[in-house]
Amino acid sequence: MKMAIESLFAVIVAALVLGAPLGRYMARVYAGDTFWVTRFLGPIERLIYSLSGVRQNDEMDWKRYAVALLTFNFFGMLFLYGLLLWQGDLPLNPAHFSAVTHALAFNTAASFVTNTNWQAYGGESTMSYLSQMLGLTVQNFLSAATGIVIVLALIRGIVRAKTRHVGNFWVDMTRTVLYVLLPLSVVLAIVLMEQGAPQTLSPYVHAHLIAPFTSGKARIAAQTIALGPVASQEAIKQLGNNGGGFFNANSAHPFENPTAFTDYLQMVAMILIPTALVFMFGRMVGDRRQSGTIIAAMLILFVPLALASMRADLANNPLLRGLGIARSHSTLYDGGGNVVGVEDRFGVANSALFGSLATATSTGAANSAYDSFMPLSGLVNLCFMQLGETVFGGVGTGLATMLAFVIFAVFIGGLMIGRTPEYLGKKIESFEIKMVSLSILIMPLLVLIGTSVAVDFAAGRAGTFNPGPHGFSEILYAFTSTANNNGSAFGGLSADTTFYNVATGLCILFGRYWSYLPLLALAGALANKQKLPANAGTLGAHGPLFMGLLIGVILLVGALNFFPALGLGPIAEQLSHVHVLAHAR
Amino acid sequence: MMVRDMRAAGMLFVAMAAITGVIYPLAMLGVGDIAFPHQVHGSLVRYRGRVVGSVLIGQRFRGPRWFWGRPSATAPMPYNAAASTASNLGPTNPVLRAHVQARIEALKAANPRAHGPVPEDLVTSSGSGLDPDISIAAARYQVPRVAEATGFARGRLERWIARATVSPAAGFMGEPVVNVLKLNLAIARARLAQRARGG
Repeated sequence: MKMAIESLFAVIVAALVLGAPLGRYMARVYAGDTFWVTRFLGPIERLIYSLSGVRQNDEMDWKRYAVALLTFNFFGMLFLYGLLLWQGDLPLNPAHFSAVTHALAFNTAASFVTNTNWQAYGGESTMSYLSQMLGLTVQNFLSAATGIVIVLALIRGIVRAKTRHVGNFWVDMTRTVLYVLLPLSVVLAIVLMEQGAPQTLSPYVHAHLIAPFTSGKARIAAQTIALGPVASQEAIKQLGNNGGGFFNANSAHPFENPTAFTDYLQMVAMILIPTALVFMFGRMVGDRRQSGTIIAAMLILFVPLALASMRADLANNPLLRGLGIARSHSTLYDGGGNVVGVEDRFGVANSALFGSLATATSTGAANSAYDSFMPLSGLVNLCFMQLGETVFGGVGTGLATMLAFVIFAVFIGGLMIGRTPEYLGKKIESFEIKMVSLSILIMPLLVLIGTSVAVDFAAGRAGTFNPGPHGFSEILYAFTSTANNNGSAFGGLSADTTFYNVATGLCILFGRYWSYLPLLALAGALANKQKLPANAGTLGAHGPLFMGLLIGVILLVGALNFFPALGLGPIAEQLSHVHVLAHAR
Repeated sequence: MMVRDMRAAGMLFVAMAAITGVIYPLAMLGVGDIAFPHQVHGSLVRYRGRVVGSVLIGQRFRGPRWFWGRPSATAPMPYNAAASTASNLGPTNPVLRAHVQARIEALKAANPRAHGPVPEDLVTSSGSGLDPDISIAAARYQVPRVAEATGFARGRLERWIARATVSPAAGFMGEPVVNVLKLNLAIARARLAQRARGG
């Protein structure tokens, strides 16, 4: 556990140390400040505006902002869908992959445009280099930027007063990609290449084995090694909380994640922008106590759950008792544990931690097989997603959901002390609470209805791979992941069927737009209000008391909605482990 | 207003797709080609003039003269580097126990002189099916067999193991691991040299 705790600590410290200045930087970028970076990249920004006829000071109300967002995402989805359907006839397809099916193309397009990156396919056996670069990498940037601009509008709604305007969608998108995502991706991609991630357009390599072997009846004397422009996609995949792997094995694949050092960087990258956004928020509202309160609430939720997950996975699997196997690293480090589906270079602790980070953020990347996690570690993954992606959360959308919970907590706190609830000078009234409720409650509905529909139909049950409660967990995980735009999976589930492609595709779309359009409406409503000065009766949305209230609200909503479903899945499985233990030799 | 926004949506998408989907990956390609030519083309290893694999991608080794890697769940053959996958067997799935049990029997039959418990990573499949490494314990477990089959002294094999070992950066990043292809190439090269001297 010592190494596990060190890892957790090192990741969080790096995210905080890098996130604070990045948040400051982002606040300057969105304020339209002129400084060295904007002087350097400004000409490109202005060229883009003149090409697309965008006027920088053309402010939008929330409806126009929302329509712009939907139009832009719709264009992106259409383009990706077409690219996947025609990839067989397009260039940069050295492995000669044919078009993907309509159902899979729909599912993948919906998945990547919404930052979900649920993958019902294996990258290296399905996607051409062109689809990976011009299709998936582009959406990795644009879907991440879309998430960030949603929270930007919401923050402006809080900051501004008596205006209809929440910003210019085109300007926000352009600045996010150009000044934030692209420079960070370039840096990370270069480090990944140095460590061994490929970046090439050459075809797959055929290697001549020095020790040919037989498999079944065939003699295997060569190995085909899949390559591609991996590093450029991998960098934004982690930084943008996308999580869609270039290869089927995602970050477990040695080309996506060559060393334990890149694994550490990938973990930091997942929470870097979500952390920076919280710091940026504090700056933009001019109250840094807000940042501290939210970061602390996130950490209080994150650290114990992540530690529990690592601890559960470091325990040996009772199923394998009595077979005479050793914990392979026990003499050197406290690794060992449940190494099924784990890569040796990362070890169990760093795999469980990666899982927690990938589900607490909306990344959904995986450096090990989550389906083979011990039941309680799988439970932690599910919990992080079911808390509504608030603990760090997706880039932008995570903080947006967190702010929805904050407003909810302010409302409850206001009721308790019998005052009109207000947040940072804005009165919280019935419209605001309706929008917040809509945003928060759509996700549990999608997860629970989706899961029960899948369990009720043969086409849904047929997808499970493992027997018993674990099979149910696979289905629950699929709908939890897609409705929360996470994208990770219990990979045993056969997800590339028409049933799952359509069902999860719809979950993805509703989970994204039904959750976040109400928050844009909330932004518009808040911007319209006047700012009230704080007085003695104001419930300050900071400090330990409020933090406790906030954590309580998040946990209550999450726990009450999902506890019964979790009881049928991972909790039942853990109890069956106790049964195995009792009967093992 | 709407026409203006439609144009903006279309043109901005084209511009963004060009920047993030063409210029950015190609620029990285250029940087990689100049700065890290070995890595960006897959960290390929040559032996006797031919590409024999990638140092980052595991291979299946069987037979008494080689160090074995971890089991691989890829199809249709193990270590298919064009279709990575894990077994995805759940922690309570009886099939997992059956697989592990069968692997232990095969491993014990192949290593009659090995003693002590079987290292767990040698009987469980990895996350990618392409894990290039094994634990130090898993390498040491196989030393008696390889020494006997190849005639190399155990001390020499231990030195090769040490040379193929990567230790965790900063102490907490990952686990110490032995690269199986590097280790086996050391054996292959030594045998080649031996034969050259002998003949």
